[in-house]
Amino acid sequence: MINKIVKSAAEAVNGIHDGATVMIGGFGEAGSPIELIHALIDYGAKDLTVVSNNTGSGHVGLAALIENKQVAKTICSFPRTANSKVFPELYHAGEIELELVPQGTLAERIRAGGAGIPAFYTPASLNTPLAEGKESRVIKNQEYVLEYAIKADFALVKAETGDRYGNLLYHATARNFGPIMCTASKVAIVQVKKIVEPGQIDPETVVTPGIFVQKVIEINNPVDESQLVEEEMSYP
Amino acid sequence: MIQTDKKIGWDRNEMAQKVALDIPNGSYVNLGIGIPELVADFVPKGRELIYQTENGLLGMGKVPENEMADRELVNAGKKYVTAIPGAAYFHHADSFAMIRGGHIDVCVLGAMQVSEQGDLANWSTGAKDAIPAVGGAMDLVAGVNRIFVITQHLTKHGDPKIIEKCSYPLTGKQVVESIYTNLAVIDVKEEGLFVREMAPNVDFNYLQKRTGAKLNQYAQRQV
Repeated sequence: MINKIVKSAAEAVNGIHDGATVMIGGFGEAGSPIELIHALIDYGAKDLTVVSNNTGSGHVGLAALIENKQVAKTICSFPRTANSKVFPELYHAGEIELELVPQGTLAERIRAGGAGIPAFYTPASLNTPLAEGKESRVIKNQEYVLEYAIKADFALVKAETGDRYGNLLYHATARNFGPIMCTASKVAIVQVKKIVEPGQIDPETVVTPGIFVQKVIEINNPVDESQLVEEEMSYP
Repeated sequence: MIQTDKKIGWDRNEMAQKVALDIPNGSYVNLGIGIPELVADFVPKGRELIYQTENGLLGMGKVPENEMADRELVNAGKKYVTAIPGAAYFHHADSFAMIRGGHIDVCVLGAMQVSEQGDLANWSTGAKDAIPAVGGAMDLVAGVNRIFVITQHLTKHGDPKIIEKCSYPLTGKQVVESIYTNLAVIDVKEEGLFVREMAPNVDFNYLQKRTGAKLNQYAQRQV
């Protein structure tokens, strides 16, 4: 029997090795798999390359992972938010590397990684500092920048509902990078609020088909990142 | 408060109203963070626009009543929003397929600088100690059919934002169609910048003095 359900967040992140590339879903707090990130802090893998749209808020979740010095490099489109304190400090101290990527290019690089496309041309970033040093090509009278796919060893993703095959539904704008990160990683680890029996998710509405998911962990009552930040909590 | 009878220029709401009037009925629209968000409040009666927010929602509605906020229903500025009946959620690759694929009709953005060729700088001052952050701005200007800029005419320091050549790093080259400021509406044409409308108590000389590039007047009033 295929069963991708694991019993704890610790078991879910077990095996994430030093130096791994880890995609982390979320757009701000929406879709941020905070319990899985905290499990990764406990697990302690270091020198990680993290692919994520932002760099976290306050001293919890992704910001805490960075603060705990487990991240060597971030690939990211918007490393600043109103409450990001950790990343700016380490960045100014030269202790963390940043590869800044336009948001749509980041999404497409991940999508390409999951779809077996090694690189693609895009008009975004042309004539800007973010295109410097990159190959370009004129196609039908328009110039494009060459961008390479991103693949990861692991992805940490938050979804709403899952089953033992790994089929997933998401909630509202928490979907953001989740579906494409599942496709682009060797091991996609997903926390869901609810696990249901196979067949209870209508096949017509499945957002991420189970083939892209390796581990599912049920966290029925995930914490609110913004609430933790408001309360000035920190992890660990 | 002293009432002055000579108010110069438009306020933010009036600027947003000017933009709203220029967005055709039925358009799919992406509004940037800040003043651009005000545009949604001034859509003329009888027009329906659909708002896309690039983090994954088509059919963005109004800001929720506080107690009803869903923490996982946010806009590109990470503020809580609502979804209209008929809205759709999607992942980031689909979202930017809408943007890069030319499916979004109009995008309204803020600006740090705009050049007379329509180059836009709105993501970085290039300062060495700043943390660079770009978000979706470069994808939007590269992919959306019509780019409107809404901005104060001058910086907080009183310097012109509309200039011959941007000194800040570009978001995109030759991308802006029209500029809506507190002083005027200006169209970017191949032949240069053309003043379409001036705000109350602003005349051409006043405007030109506050603009770092040559302004042109349309030969005759466009009807």
